[in-house]
Amino acid sequence: MIALEAHNLTVRYNKQPVLWNVDFSIPAGSLAGIIGPNGSGKTTLLKAAMGILGSDSGYVRFFGKELDAVREKVSYVPQRQSVDWDFPASVMDVVLMGRYRAGKLLGRLSKTDREIAAEALEQVGLYPLRKQHISELSGGQQQRTFIARSLAQQADIFLMDEPFAGIDAASEESIISLLQSLRSSGKTVILVHHDLHTAIEFFDHVVLLNTRLVAAGPKTETLSVENLNATYGGQLTVLNKIAELVRKQEYPLREKNTKD
Amino acid sequence: MSTSLLWVFAGCALIGMGSAAVGSFAFLRKRSLVGDAVAHSLLPGVVLAFLLFQQKELWILFVGALLSGALSMWSIEFISKNSKLSSDAAIAISLSIFFSLGIVLLTYAQQSGLPNQSGLQHFLFGKAAAMLPEDVFLFAGINALIFGCIILLYPQLKLFTFDPAFAKSIGLPSRWINFCLSFLTVLAIASGIQAVGVVLMAAFIFTPPAAARFWTSRLSHMIVLSVVIGLLSAVGGAGISYSASGMPTGPWIIICMSLLAFFTFAFAPKRGFYSRWRRGWRHSRKMKEENVLKTLYHLREREGREEFGHSSLMALRGFDARELEQSIDSLMRKGLIGKKGSAKLHLSAQGLEEARRIVRLHRLWELYLNTRLSLPQDHVHADAEAIEHIITPEVEAALIRDLNYPLSDPHASEIPGIADMKKDE
Repeated sequence: MIALEAHNLTVRYNKQPVLWNVDFSIPAGSLAGIIGPNGSGKTTLLKAAMGILGSDSGYVRFFGKELDAVREKVSYVPQRQSVDWDFPASVMDVVLMGRYRAGKLLGRLSKTDREIAAEALEQVGLYPLRKQHISELSGGQQQRTFIARSLAQQADIFLMDEPFAGIDAASEESIISLLQSLRSSGKTVILVHHDLHTAIEFFDHVVLLNTRLVAAGPKTETLSVENLNATYGGQLTVLNKIAELVRKQEYPLREKNTKD
Repeated sequence: MSTSLLWVFAGCALIGMGSAAVGSFAFLRKRSLVGDAVAHSLLPGVVLAFLLFQQKELWILFVGALLSGALSMWSIEFISKNSKLSSDAAIAISLSIFFSLGIVLLTYAQQSGLPNQSGLQHFLFGKAAAMLPEDVFLFAGINALIFGCIILLYPQLKLFTFDPAFAKSIGLPSRWINFCLSFLTVLAIASGIQAVGVVLMAAFIFTPPAAARFWTSRLSHMIVLSVVIGLLSAVGGAGISYSASGMPTGPWIIICMSLLAFFTFAFAPKRGFYSRWRRGWRHSRKMKEENVLKTLYHLREREGREEFGHSSLMALRGFDARELEQSIDSLMRKGLIGKKGSAKLHLSAQGLEEARRIVRLHRLWELYLNTRLSLPQDHVHADAEAIEHIITPEVEAALIRDLNYPLSDPHASEIPGIADMKKDE
């Protein structure tokens, strides 16, 4: 079964196209890495998949369905630096946010919700810190708080944006083993990751991205020298020039608004 | 106290509470400046409403204010989204255009010869004395809306304010929540046109939450505290401006607010200046005392005796004589050192233990810098002089494990206590 399918996805960020006609799918139950250099559109891809950014063309489906139909099965972990960690909240407060549902706008959290959140904190090893204020956490602990919030969503597919950026080795190890145990329980985990070195041993499926799709597939087939050179060897000159033109002149990317 | 005065107090209290509550979210979303622009932008709406209807009833002017405030907020978002200007430039542009338009209209209205134009200038700095019972009912209605929304939507507002991307990812209607927060903000700001005036109303939005943030790290507590600060300053300011006749109300309320805020910045636990200064002072006293213990330990190590006079201490380490006396007094009170006869000092059993701990931390840190950071021997001492005072027991344990129970430091001095630890294992 396909957990995530991106079809002909074109997205711009600050008016400039950063993803061109990206097409790939990730099988359910895999630990997949979206890999590419800085500015290659990895974060944009996740945001477009979650409907946070609009797309100029194409779509992303989860388990063959639109996001709205399966939203509760999909969990998104934004980049740690995207929020203000001085916000007045405790670790538990943040994890409980994983229990909110759009459907029950006025509903309060139940005892079960609290138990699920506590269990998620246990899994990332932060239960003893649950009452601490989030500004007192180290980078690795902040990241684990975010992952606990995601676990509390009890989703089937996890999209995580750079969960290993700027964290200590101990946190990294505990996150890796957690992700592996998610996979072995049948979940799909998709990570945005910029470090090729750790990617090689860790993922079983990779998507190589550099504003366009370079390659996607099982790790063994995809991680060839040729593909890696294409991913990390800089962006395509002509493609870049077109992207600049689109940004400066604010040209549309499709004649009509299509979802092909 | 007359009844009309009671209405004034009630009105000011309601304005202060509502704007402090909704302001908490604006403050946490770092949108305080937007509040300032919106407040200034109320003026053209107020004056236009007056010119159109030639009445000064508050609710008519309030609707005008609301419309121009909302227009200015929308224009800020429009400019920052659709131009290359950054959001602070968009805020500044919107503020200055709306406010100058407001002043132009105000001057025109004042020269128009309309019978009841006098008093329009009070919308700049506020005049609470003009408040009528029906105005207070209007504020009560606004407050009911603000507090109703916050209580009903609290989890959603909290999530949206903390992490908007995540909020959107779980399908929360972000656009709607954003609209709701913006609308409540404009509503709260517009409620201050009469009593506070457009120039200063923004302070109602950001001063109370900024002060409240210092006292607590829980959002619900912060909002409640912010509301209390808003309430107290509004009532206090209104009281002062009433008793000193002719004083404008808005500035006095804001002076009260700012005094509370300054008090907070100075004396709030943990984050306040005083507690930070006190922390620094305590650490420096602890450092001086630990240096005395350490020096006594070094003397023992070097000369094989136990008792030393002040002069030996001074000779080994350049203490300030007065500070040395103070440190010795304090250490004697704690029972860490003893004094015999003619000012001969020695470490007590407990003091010796403490001195060994400090020297151990110093030498462990030197060794760590030397081996892990590859710093040469002669570069590590000064660093360790500072770090030895801040290493916690957990860090110490981690250091010892990391260095695999080292027995001596880079200068080949013994690291005290490690040999015993090894035996224990």
